[in-house]
Amino acid sequence: MSHSVDLIDVEMVFGTVHAVRKLSAHIEAGEFFSILGPSGCGKTTLLRLIAGFNEPTSGKVLIGGKDMAGIPADRRPTAMIFQSLALFPLMPVWENIAFGLEARGVPKAGRRKKAEELLDLIALPGYGNRMVHELSGGQRQRVAIARALAVEPQVLLLDEPLSALDLKLRQHMRAELRALQKRTGVTFVYITHDQSEALAMSDRVAVMEAGVLQQIATPQELYANPATPFVARFIGETNEIAGKVTGVENGLASIDTAQGSFTARAGAGVTAGAAATLFVRPETMSCSRIAMPNSLPAKAVSLEYEGALAMLRAETDQGQVLLATLPNRQLADAPQPGERIWLSFAADEALVMGAGDGHG
Amino acid sequence: MAMAELIRRFGPGLGGVILILVALWIVGMVLAPNLMMLNFSLKPNLFPSEIGGPKDQYTLLNYTALFSDPVHRAIFLKTVWGSALVTAITLAVTYPLAFWMAKVASVRGARAMLIALIIPFWINEVLRTLAWYILLAFNGPLNIFLQTLGIIDQPVRWFGDTGVLAGMVYAYILFMLFPIYNSISTLETAQIDAARDLGASTLRIHRRIVIPHAKAGIATGCVFTFMLAAGSYVAPALLGSPGSRWFTEIIYNWFFEGGNWNRGAAYALILLVLCMAVVLAALRLFRVNLADVAK
Ligand SMILES: Nc1ncnc2c1ncn2[C@@H]1O[C@H](COP(=O)(O)OP(=O)(O)OP(=O)(O)O)[C@@H](O)[C@H]1O
Ligand SMILES: [Mg+2]
Repeated sequence: MSHSVDLIDVEMVFGTVHAVRKLSAHIEAGEFFSILGPSGCGKTTLLRLIAGFNEPTSGKVLIGGKDMAGIPADRRPTAMIFQSLALFPLMPVWENIAFGLEARGVPKAGRRKKAEELLDLIALPGYGNRMVHELSGGQRQRVAIARALAVEPQVLLLDEPLSALDLKLRQHMRAELRALQKRTGVTFVYITHDQSEALAMSDRVAVMEAGVLQQIATPQELYANPATPFVARFIGETNEIAGKVTGVENGLASIDTAQGSFTARAGAGVTAGAAATLFVRPETMSCSRIAMPNSLPAKAVSLEYEGALAMLRAETDQGQVLLATLPNRQLADAPQPGERIWLSFAADEALVMGAGDGHG
Repeated sequence: MAMAELIRRFGPGLGGVILILVALWIVGMVLAPNLMMLNFSLKPNLFPSEIGGPKDQYTLLNYTALFSDPVHRAIFLKTVWGSALVTAITLAVTYPLAFWMAKVASVRGARAMLIALIIPFWINEVLRTLAWYILLAFNGPLNIFLQTLGIIDQPVRWFGDTGVLAGMVYAYILFMLFPIYNSISTLETAQIDAARDLGASTLRIHRRIVIPHAKAGIATGCVFTFMLAAGSYVAPALLGSPGSRWFTEIIYNWFFEGGNWNRGAAYALILLVLCMAVVLAALRLFRVNLADVAK
């Protein structure tokens, strides 16, 4: 079976760069766990700490409950798939796949057999004698996965493995990776800066920013209940209206803003009198021609059709641009540019969070 | 194609002049002297009065002389073997250094090492070898140093094989270092990490990943070093002893002391052929082609 991974107060400092700050997380055995964050936030660094290429400046990495301090990469039960894949260009495909077995002293016949099995698994039978440069991007991708799986790792570490592929192939490979993870039961730790990738594939997602862990949650939870303003902004689109909390009651906060007063769910740590921001997803905004509770006046600016939906851009009297998505069936009655409208939302679909860092 | 390009660029007049100059250069400076050497080497050594006379016949005697004279033959074989040894030692010293500079050291560390290695090469070869001459002298600093440490109790005569070897390894180290360092630098570091991650030992990483990637650089370095060592004159002359004579010294003697240019020319051509054979053998051995080496 596969192993769990625990990160306990892990810190990583390179000279003056604080790449990972006091990060703790528990990754379940057999879980598809993604780490999501913008470029340079410390994702690769974190993965390399798990793989054993670097030791944390402080804190602990446990794999299967066992402390990994002092155990180098070649003796950890992990295998890594690199951002660049790092296939060996001078070896044929089957030797690439069997390289880990070669290092373990498996005789040639056994290596060849295992390589053929894995080539079947990744749906590339008969490709063993090709060279790496004779493969397409997606095929290389799969060979990299097979090479990592050949050593039967307990934990597979994937560093943005799909980033080099085009959109179509990326979507195809997402499904394949997910299916492979289910089939093998190996714990996947998957790094990406693409939120749709993380949301589509993962059991749980950790969001990082500048070396700090923001939230660990299921994709649904992350979208519906972002723990910090950063997560709210990073996952999906959102409208933000700044204001001041006037009261908190039954989990609902009242907030006074330049656009009016609203009620919405109170995020953790929101208290009366504090500066805060109201977050409303475009798809929870509705558009009407009369005032409703929780609504604000605006002027329609433009309407962009996006197939199933249309994106309405509207400007408030204060000059702030807000977004609302309208389902197709409402399009017949959609506002014309320049028309005065009201945008409203349900109190339980919007969130008020502290204007500060939002932690707590 | 290159010729057409040249004429298009400079016009037929200037382009033609350039072509003629290049042709003159090749004929006058490369082809003619070598053909003259060849001609010399195939003639017996005669008094000026005999030239053009009945004894002035083409012969292979100058070539066969090398193999029938046991002293010369021994020196020739020793030069081949010695150059191979210099190449092997230089490679053994340089490869770890090149790997360290390309993949382990910080940018700053690698640059400092490079500068430390290059600066002595601003001084010319003779003076650099003289420095070794002083260092290795019987009453020189190395012997004094080793004696004070108590490692040896009598001064050692370094001049001879040891001195020649040390001097040559040092003299040619950069010719080995640069091509190897360059080729290792182009290896993607993630490949080394990946191999390590898959459980490969350091030895296996080098054998399977680094060396195959760097083999053109290694072949280039070995070819350079071997040719420079085989054709070396300064190091054996200064750091050698009568027992460690180098083949170049024999050639020199035929030309300038023995007064037998014919024999000298034959020996020089044999050395040239040897070097070309080594280049071809090395390319075969490393399975690289000439175009890779020229890169
Ligand atoms: N070996 C290193 N030495 C110094 N700084 C480093 C080193 N490795 C990473 N860093 C720094 O640590 C920070 C995090 O880098 P990391 O590679 O983990 O980012 P990332 O989240 O993987 O980014 P990307 O999505 O672009 O791959 C960056 O500021 C980077 O410059
Ligand atoms: Mg990265």
